[in-house]
Amino acid sequence: MLGIDDPYVVAAYLGSIAMTLTGLLYGLIRRNASPDAVTIEDRLWALEEREAGRDL
Amino acid sequence: MVGHPSVGWIDIIVILVYLSATAYLGWLGYRGTRSAADFLVGGRSAHPVVMAVSYGATFISTAAIVGFGGVAGLFGMSLLWLTVLNIGVGILIAFIVLGEPTRRLGHRLGAHTFPELLGQRYQSRGIQVFAGALIFLFMPLYAAAVMTGGSVFAAAQFGIEFEVALLIFALITAAYVIPGGIKAVMYTDTMQGFVMIFAMIFLLVFTYMALGGVTEAHRELTDMSDLVPPPLADLGHRGWTAMPAFGWGSSTYDLWWTVITALVLGVGIGVLAQPQLVVRFMTVRSRRELDRGVPIGAFFILLMVGTPFVVGSLSNAWFARHGPLLHGEVIEVISAETGRARVGLMQEVAPERWTPLLHPRTGGPVVVPMVVADRQPAQDIEGRSFERVTGRSIVATYTGGDADRIIPTYITAALPRWFGVIFFLALLAAAMSTMSSQFHTIGTAAGRDLYESVARGGRRREPSILVMRLAIMLGLLLAVTISYTIRQEYVVARFTAIFFGLCAASFLPAYIGGLFSRRVTRAGALASMSVGMSLSLFWLAFIKEREASAIGLVQRITGGQNSLLADVPNWPAVDPIIIALPASLITLVVVSAFTKPPGAEHLRRCFPDSTGTGRAAAPGHGRSD
Repeated sequence: MLGIDDPYVVAAYLGSIAMTLTGLLYGLIRRNASPDAVTIEDRLWALEEREAGRDL
Repeated sequence: MVGHPSVGWIDIIVILVYLSATAYLGWLGYRGTRSAADFLVGGRSAHPVVMAVSYGATFISTAAIVGFGGVAGLFGMSLLWLTVLNIGVGILIAFIVLGEPTRRLGHRLGAHTFPELLGQRYQSRGIQVFAGALIFLFMPLYAAAVMTGGSVFAAAQFGIEFEVALLIFALITAAYVIPGGIKAVMYTDTMQGFVMIFAMIFLLVFTYMALGGVTEAHRELTDMSDLVPPPLADLGHRGWTAMPAFGWGSSTYDLWWTVITALVLGVGIGVLAQPQLVVRFMTVRSRRELDRGVPIGAFFILLMVGTPFVVGSLSNAWFARHGPLLHGEVIEVISAETGRARVGLMQEVAPERWTPLLHPRTGGPVVVPMVVADRQPAQDIEGRSFERVTGRSIVATYTGGDADRIIPTYITAALPRWFGVIFFLALLAAAMSTMSSQFHTIGTAAGRDLYESVARGGRRREPSILVMRLAIMLGLLLAVTISYTIRQEYVVARFTAIFFGLCAASFLPAYIGGLFSRRVTRAGALASMSVGMSLSLFWLAFIKEREASAIGLVQRITGGQNSLLADVPNWPAVDPIIIALPASLITLVVVSAFTKPPGAEHLRRCFPDSTGTGRAAAPGHGRSD
């Protein structure tokens, strides 16, 4: 198949593509499935992170 | 054996334009929104393409493209299993399973580095110091791999010495990471990611077209299995489109154990515990952003690692068909029908006078597999008549067996010169985006996780900027020294695999246990990390032949052998991760089962959703040691 005789290498070749397609499908299905809320602790964390970055 | 072009003015101008564009984007970033944290502070969402490509650009470096691509040129497409794991584990499991729990836990505990996340989760300054020290000590090894990969390519592309290329690469890196690029600027990472995408698509399409199409190219490579050099065939190499021979108890299975345990599993699993990547999840705004990043991340990784692995392997077919012509005398006929033979290479030292080419290290004749294209009568230097054959060989012949030079040599020989410059920019992009994160991690490990925790007694203060900057410069110096000093067989891939495997064995059980289990204890985590690290280092120093022989300790103990298990087949080829990761996991479970679980209050801080009584806690609270 595909000019490759070893089934394990074919599986790896197609498996890489299959993994990518799984990722594409997942992204499509879950695109808006989760909430997109930013909590206070998220914002506090980000403020501290930004402060550290600025210091540096 | 492949001609080196020199640096042209156009090359320099293109590179300077690219570096200026990077600097301009960085400057724009300083004026406004520059990092993921800024997006979060502003309550805005980074575009999923920006987030995923930025993550991918940090993930993928010259080590993957030059180092592992070169290993694929040597060992073949079995390395594609690493692509499967890179996408399946590095993107799908990392983003879908670990991303959100890491983000939430990090924010709840106010952790800003990976060691701090572990330290806060287990209420242990000791764990934070342990993890910080390990990162500070060993991350330069990985940075050296990235630097070597870029320098090897620059040396081949521009016809300069490796040492000069390394110096230039180090200066560009220093100029990038020390003044400001050290903090990930997402748009710069993203621009670098797009340069990498263009280069990889072009490289893949060009290679398949040059060999007549996908199936034709693979078929040609499959039919070359009889050209595998005997030293590799003795280790189990069965062709570039076949898995190495699998089994136990004979050295003919060593290649399988090297490829699968060290390169595929070591790096494929190790990515989950990469400190610079774990921290990326904390900078994400929400679960939705993670979900939207999955498809782009998966596609990006497919291109970035799949392409070099396929192209590296196919470079053998390209060189056997289009490579520079070689001359020599037949030593052994492989197939009279296909005109393949093992040939002792010869060089013309005077008109019509030939002499054998000698190996620079062994002093013996250089014998290579060859697809013979022409036969002519000739005479050697002593006047002896022989049949001189002319033909082409596999890629390793043209790189002197050096896997790290396979991708650079292929690009230089096969692709248009303008693409070589673009590819150099892609490698520069891959190196810069990864190194900015690496050196940032080294800096924070030294400043935040070591200096603040140890020298300042764990009291929460502003991180010491001076310590961070000194650590970054020291890390850079170490990385350059390692790159300069150690130039062995496929060293880029091996350094990467060592660091990834070490991180997996030391951190992974404690990290995943900390995210999902309420029963894992501080003692369990510390014991697990100690066992994982100790076993990995012991295995590298005394068992794993290639690394142990380079370190040299085992030779003093055994009186010259390269492994304590040198007489037992296959063990010296097995990677530490196979032993150290399960041992680390078992230690975590067993020690946790017999030690006191964390307090209920702390667990409520870590997992408020499951108890329903959680609340945000002030960072830095709750440590008991």
